[in-house]
Amino acid sequence: MLTYIVRRILYSIPVLFLSTFLSFLFVSYAGDPTAVLRANPRVPHSTYVHLYHQLHLDKPVIVRYFYWLDDTFTHKLGKSLITLQPLWPQITRTMGHTAQFIIISEILALILGVAVGIYSAIRQYSVFDYLFTSISFLGFAMPTFWLALLLQISFTDIYLHWNIRIFYTSGLNTVPGGPAWSIDRMQHLALPVLTLLIISFALYSRYMRASMLDVINSDYVRTARAKGVSEWRVVMRHVFRNALIPITTVAALNFGALLGGAIVTETVFSLDGIGYFFIQSLNSLDLYAVMAYLLITAIAIVVFNLIADILYGFLDPRIRYD
Amino acid sequence: MTESGINPDSGELFPTTQSVAGQPIAPDRAVPGAVEGTMIDAIGGSGVEGDLAAGLTLKVRSQWSYARMRFFRHRLAIIGLVGLVIIFGAGIFANFVAPYPYAEIDLTHILQAPSSAHYFGTDAIGRDEFTRVIWGIRTSMEVGVFVAVVSTIVGLVIGAVAGYYGGWLDNLLMRATDLVLTLPLLAVLLTATALLGQGSQWRVSLILVFFFWTGIARVVRGVYLSLREKEYVEAAKASGAGDSRLMFRHILPNTLGPIVVNATLAVGTAILVEAALSFLNFGIKPPTPSLGVLVSDAQSNPQQWWLTVFPGLTIVLIVLCVNFVGDGLRDALDPTQRRMRA
Repeated sequence: MLTYIVRRILYSIPVLFLSTFLSFLFVSYAGDPTAVLRANPRVPHSTYVHLYHQLHLDKPVIVRYFYWLDDTFTHKLGKSLITLQPLWPQITRTMGHTAQFIIISEILALILGVAVGIYSAIRQYSVFDYLFTSISFLGFAMPTFWLALLLQISFTDIYLHWNIRIFYTSGLNTVPGGPAWSIDRMQHLALPVLTLLIISFALYSRYMRASMLDVINSDYVRTARAKGVSEWRVVMRHVFRNALIPITTVAALNFGALLGGAIVTETVFSLDGIGYFFIQSLNSLDLYAVMAYLLITAIAIVVFNLIADILYGFLDPRIRYD
Repeated sequence: MTESGINPDSGELFPTTQSVAGQPIAPDRAVPGAVEGTMIDAIGGSGVEGDLAAGLTLKVRSQWSYARMRFFRHRLAIIGLVGLVIIFGAGIFANFVAPYPYAEIDLTHILQAPSSAHYFGTDAIGRDEFTRVIWGIRTSMEVGVFVAVVSTIVGLVIGAVAGYYGGWLDNLLMRATDLVLTLPLLAVLLTATALLGQGSQWRVSLILVFFFWTGIARVVRGVYLSLREKEYVEAAKASGAGDSRLMFRHILPNTLGPIVVNATLAVGTAILVEAALSFLNFGIKPPTPSLGVLVSDAQSNPQQWWLTVFPGLTIVLIVLCVNFVGDGLRDALDPTQRRMRA
C-alpha cells in the first residue's frame, strides 16, 4: 500500500510539470499582461521597458517557465504580473472562502443524496423514487450558471418587491464585523451553497440509488433475509454499508474537482473565491496568478484522486494495490 | 435459452445467443448464422424456415432489429427523441421557424414581456427573444453534434489502435488522457479558449474536441483490450485476416454499443460546456446567437426574467432529451443487460 502511494505521488510529479508547462505556454501566448501599461501615455517608456525586463517578458518562453518555477518554489508562487502583489495571501484568502461554501454544500449534498438514494432504492418505482429520479435527471441537464442566475433573480425580486432580505445575491459580507457578522456571512453563502447543493445532490442521489440496487440483489443479502434478519437490519448493516463504497470515491473526486471548479457559481455570485480569482486573472492575462491557480487546483485533484483510491482500497478489502 | 427463441416479445430474447457470461455481440459475419441457428434449433432443428411447425410464424431478426425494438419500447427514449427532433428541427429550419430576422432591432419595443407577438419577449434593443433562441439552438446544436462526431471518430481510431497494438502507443495514449484528467477541465478550457478560440464557433468546437476525444478513446481502448483475446478474433486471424480487417471489420461492430451511447451523451455535455464557456465570455462571442451568450446577455437585465429563463430552459430541454436518448440506447445496445424498462 505504501509503495503504491509513493509510486503514485512520484508518478504525478512529471505529469504536473508537463501540464503546468503546457498551461504556461498557452497563457503566455494568449497576450502581453503589460499591454494596458504600454497603452497608457502617462507611463514613461523607460519605466515600461524596465518592468518588461524585470518580469522576464523579454526572455523566451522556456526560460520564463524556469523563472516561474523558481518564483513558485522560493517565493510561494511569486507575484502578480499586473498588481505586483504577492500571490500567496490572495490564494489563501480566496481558497478559504471557496472551502467554506464547498464544504458546507458537499456535506449537505452527501447527507441528502445518500438518504434519498437509499429510500429510492428500497422503494424502487414508487412515487418518491420517480420524483427524485426526475429531479436528479434535471440536475444533470441543468447548466450551473443558469441555476445560479435563477436563484439570484428570484431572491433579488423578493427583495425588490417586498423589501425582505432573506439571502444576499452577491459578495460575501455587508456588515464589517460584530455579532451580526456570522449571520450576515451565512446569508451571503446560502445561494452559492444551494446552487452547488442541487447539482451535487443530483449526482450523489443517483449514484447511491444505483449502488444500493446493485447490492440489494446480491446473494449475501438474500442469505441475510433467508436467515431471518429484520429488514431494517438487512438494509442498514448489509446493504447500506457496502453501497457506500462507490459513493465515497465519487465524493472524494468531486470534492477535489470542486476545490478549483466552482468557477461559474463564484462568478455569478461575485463570491471572492479561488474560481472567481482565476477568471479575473485570466481576463487580465495575469500569467503568474493563472499559473498559481492551475498548479494549486491540479495538486488538489491529484491529492483527492489519491485519497479516493486509498479509501477504496481501505473500504473494499478485495482491492489490492501492488 | 431455447424458449426465449420462440417468443421474441418476452424482452429477454435478445441476449440468447450472446448472453453466455457477458459475451459480446458477435457480428453476423464473424459467426455466420448464429442468430438464425439458435432460433431454428428452438423449433426442433429443421433447417428451413418454411418447415416450421404450423401456426408458428418466426421472423428472423438481426441484432440491430432487436436493439431497435428495445429502443422503441423505452418510453423516455422516445420522448427524448421526439423532443430532439422538434427542437433540432426548429434549429435546422431556423430561417423558416423564426418569426423575425435574428438581428432585427426594434427600439420601440424594448424589454417587452412575453406576448402573442413576441413569445419569449424582447431584449434590451428590441430583438425578438424567441427568434434569438431558435438561432441559438442552431449554434448549440452544431457545436454539440460537431464535437460529438469528430471526437468520436478521433477517439475511436486512436483508442482502437492503442487497444489493439498496445505497447508504447497505448502508454502514450494513457499518459495523454492522464494529463487531461489532472487539470480542472473548465479552467483548462477557459485558458485554451483565451488563447485560441474566442469568438468563432468552429474554433471553440475544435478546442472542445481536443479535450473530449480522450474519454471515448479510453472506452474504445478498454473494449479492444478485452476483445482482441476472444476466440472469434483468433479464428478470423487464423483464416488470414489482416490487422486493419480485424480491427475494423471484426472488433469494431462489438464496440459500437458503448461508442454510440458515449457519442450521444457527448452531444449534451458539449452543449453544456459550450454554454458555460460562452456565459463566462470565453466562448462564442455575441454576434453569433448561442444559448450561452443569450443567458450571459440577460445578466444586464435581471428584472426581465424571460431573457434568462427561456434560453436556459432550452438548454435544459436539449440536454434532458439527449440524456434520455442516450439512456435508451444504453439499454437497447447492451446485450448483457437484461433489464427492460417499459
